[in-house]
Amino acid sequence: MSNMYAIKDHSFENQLYINRIVVAFIAIILLTSGLITRLVYLQIVGHEHYSLLAKDNSIKIVPLIPTRGMIYDRHGKVLAENTPSYRLEVIPEQIKNMDDTLLRLQKLLDISNEEIDQFQKLRKRQKRFASTPLLLSMSDEELAKFAVVRPYFPGVDIHTQLVRHYPYSDLAAHVVGYVGRINEAELKELPIAEYRGSSHIGKLGIERSYENELHGKTGYAEIETNVQARLLNTLNEVNPDPGANLYLTLDIDLQKTAYDALAGFNGAVVAIDIKTGGVLAFVSRPGFDPNPFVVGIANEDYQDLQSSENQPLYNRALRGLYPPGSTIKPFIALAGLENAAINPEQKLYCPGYYQIPGVTHKYRDWKKGGHGSVDLNQAITESCDVYFYRLAATLGIDNMYSFLQKFGFGEKTGIDLMGEKSGLLPSREWKREQKNQAWYPGETLITGIGQGYLQVTPVQLARATATLANKGKVVTPFLVNKIVNVQGTRPGVESGNNIIPLTPSNVNSVIDAMINVVHSAHGTAKGINKDISYQIAGKTGTAQVMGIKQGAKYNENNIDFKFRDHALFVSFAPANDPKIAVAVVVENGGHGGSVAAPIAGQVIKQFLQENNEN
Amino acid sequence: MKTETRHEQFEPPSVLGNFLRSLHIDIPLFIGLILTSLLSLLVLYSAGSQNMDVLMRQVSRLGLAFFFMTVLAHIDPYQFKRYATLLFGLGIFLLVAVLIMGQIGKGAQRWLELGFFRFQPSEMIKITTPMMIAWYLAEYPLPPKSKQLFIATILIVIPTLLIAKQPDLGTALLVASSGAGVLFFAGLSWRFMTAIVVTLASLTPIIWHFMRGYQRDRVLTFLNPEADPLGRGYHIIQSKIAIGSGGIYGKGWLGSTQSELDFLPESSTDFIFAVFAEEFGLSGCLGLLILYLLIIARCLYIASQAQDTFSRLLASSLAFTFFVYVFVNIGMVIGVLPVVGVPLPLISYGGTSIVTLLAGFGILMSIHTHRKFR
Repeated sequence: MSNMYAIKDHSFENQLYINRIVVAFIAIILLTSGLITRLVYLQIVGHEHYSLLAKDNSIKIVPLIPTRGMIYDRHGKVLAENTPSYRLEVIPEQIKNMDDTLLRLQKLLDISNEEIDQFQKLRKRQKRFASTPLLLSMSDEELAKFAVVRPYFPGVDIHTQLVRHYPYSDLAAHVVGYVGRINEAELKELPIAEYRGSSHIGKLGIERSYENELHGKTGYAEIETNVQARLLNTLNEVNPDPGANLYLTLDIDLQKTAYDALAGFNGAVVAIDIKTGGVLAFVSRPGFDPNPFVVGIANEDYQDLQSSENQPLYNRALRGLYPPGSTIKPFIALAGLENAAINPEQKLYCPGYYQIPGVTHKYRDWKKGGHGSVDLNQAITESCDVYFYRLAATLGIDNMYSFLQKFGFGEKTGIDLMGEKSGLLPSREWKREQKNQAWYPGETLITGIGQGYLQVTPVQLARATATLANKGKVVTPFLVNKIVNVQGTRPGVESGNNIIPLTPSNVNSVIDAMINVVHSAHGTAKGINKDISYQIAGKTGTAQVMGIKQGAKYNENNIDFKFRDHALFVSFAPANDPKIAVAVVVENGGHGGSVAAPIAGQVIKQFLQENNEN
Repeated sequence: MKTETRHEQFEPPSVLGNFLRSLHIDIPLFIGLILTSLLSLLVLYSAGSQNMDVLMRQVSRLGLAFFFMTVLAHIDPYQFKRYATLLFGLGIFLLVAVLIMGQIGKGAQRWLELGFFRFQPSEMIKITTPMMIAWYLAEYPLPPKSKQLFIATILIVIPTLLIAKQPDLGTALLVASSGAGVLFFAGLSWRFMTAIVVTLASLTPIIWHFMRGYQRDRVLTFLNPEADPLGRGYHIIQSKIAIGSGGIYGKGWLGSTQSELDFLPESSTDFIFAVFAEEFGLSGCLGLLILYLLIIARCLYIASQAQDTFSRLLASSLAFTFFVYVFVNIGMVIGVLPVVGVPLPLISYGGTSIVTLLAGFGILMSIHTHRKFR
């Protein structure tokens, strides 16, 4: 940058600059004098006052940590509790011969060399008078052994603390979550006063989403201590408010049934109380044991969990994205009826494939040779793909998109857990934005049978099914039923009041067909209709994991397990008075009817039996 | 103008003196800095509960910082002027990068991971901002006209907001004052300064609106620390007790009971002055303040002897910023200013700020030892 027109007046600039330096130095002297004045005030005028506070009778403010709220299932069974844990702690300052003491302790108790090393490391970082943990959890036997010899170990003592414990371990880990040590990033965002003295915070699941309620309010005590920090007298105490107890809608026995029924597979089961939206079972298999996370999971154990092929830390029910396959068909059928694109009696001929006029590509039906002439009821009962290719072609993607959106596809269900995925409901706009491409007619067809871009989470499927069973009154799933604290009881979640306007006869046509899926001789899930006194309405689905070439044949036995199709089933029961909706996704399960439907059948059976008894 | 470079020759010749001069080290400033650093180690040993690890880490950081200072002292100030815009632009770019990475990753992020060390762009910008403003204003006659003031203000506001967004209020404040310092020494009119103060005062509600929860808490705590003794007022109450109980002569080295008993949080970092005041009393505090004032006075002397506008503005701004450091930190520890995360310069434990501070002194030495004529 050059400056042709401005002429610098150097002597003027010099004078100005020196002036400024002088002014700045005077200001600095004045401000420093201000600091000195304040120091004089604190250190001379206030010296006696502050000495009193600091010296022999130091008043120390110690936090009183609230007890974390418990978590119960719908029948009051404990899902998360606080159990006392005993630690052996050593005050280095009070030990004359540390090596000797450690050696004697090692003879007495089961203390590994690693624990000794850990202790030595910790000791170096801490103050000499700070109580330093040596053994993190002692068994009752060790506790008794040490109690006897305690007088011979001055400076070594047992400390009790409450540790979070999850009695159902892996069964409900994805719902309840776990607490863990507060990390640096969390510390930054936390209200300092509320968490002074607290070491743990909810990291996942209900423990995380209801952290505020579960934590409670920290109290404090003003105590007088002497120079050795020994307690002399408590001056004033503000008791902590314990955290609220949470009562979930979850039925842990039903959860166990669903979890066990999934044994041998990875997958998810979500069961919803249709009347309220309360989640009855929320299974993601495999689960994991949340208890090690509370005390701090060993790094290699965590790495194992992280790198496991089965991904146990992955909450499939909440975050798993799957093509819905044929489970989308009842909703597409209803879209067709509501848009008057079809009527229920109208028959279409299925030759086993469908072609877009003028295109050679054949969109195949799962049944070679086709279903022949089928109406809506048969199309759902037998899961005829060709019928739905044609229906999708008639409806078009725009109608399908706006109808499916009403049932909550493509958006989060709003369940009270964090990290939910919203799935993917494709539209023309979405494809233009994401892929910068036009929407192709073939993509409409495969969306009609739940393939292509369409992706749903198990909880979305359960919600949409419950909403269908509820005749259009939108069901919002939630887990926390009641929050109980010292102030009283309040409900966990306010339920919404959205209603999708639907014609009752159309809904009934679809539900009748879904009953046939289970109860007719041709139904794809007829295997589960034995020995039940009520009717189940359902729909099977099979979602392709691997693309199959034109003309090739899918043969389950020739394919690696991990490329086998996902099996899906959505259902509700009793069909005439729906109480429970269940969605099942079995990864690589093969067929929806044979693998996924029986799991839903068991869950429904147990729930209805129990509810009839009450 | 004479072509050959002459160095100062009034110092009595000595082996050490000659050696330091050949390194372009300014001896009075160097002595002040060394004294402060030694004091730092003394206090840290006590505040860090006599932990040798803490001490050794500080020693190695000081070593690195002094090395860096020497390197910068060697560089001709003309080079700083030449690369001012480039360095400023690079700093802004890195700030934006850190901000974006922080948003992609989790939560706040202030540094870039460079394998062997963490680099905080906000530290670099503490120096490049006054450099940039000085470069810009030096092109025009002083005092600056409103157009130049406007552009300079924007150049200050950009990095300040980027750092405040990290969020690092303390550093943002230092960057803003380093830029404002340049404007002041460039002869900004008193009327204009009054206008800025009035504007800032009227902007207070807006700034309040953009502050994070914990930043608001700090201001509220400052206004009434006793209201929340367990939480937000804890630091201030405890540090006042520590300082007040020190009295005139203090409790002696290693005699601090407040930090020993863990009453005093962050006793090695931002609140180290409280430990110092408890152990060395008012007399020690006066000594430390005088040491700081001597350093500042030497810096302002260097600034007054600088021979081109760029060097003058940069040097005086660096001296001024150093004072802001001292004032804001001590002010917050003794409870007359809100708690913003500003360390006590050269004394607090913590790496990056020491390197930046000594880099600033390196530039001052470069300006002083590269003068073409006296």
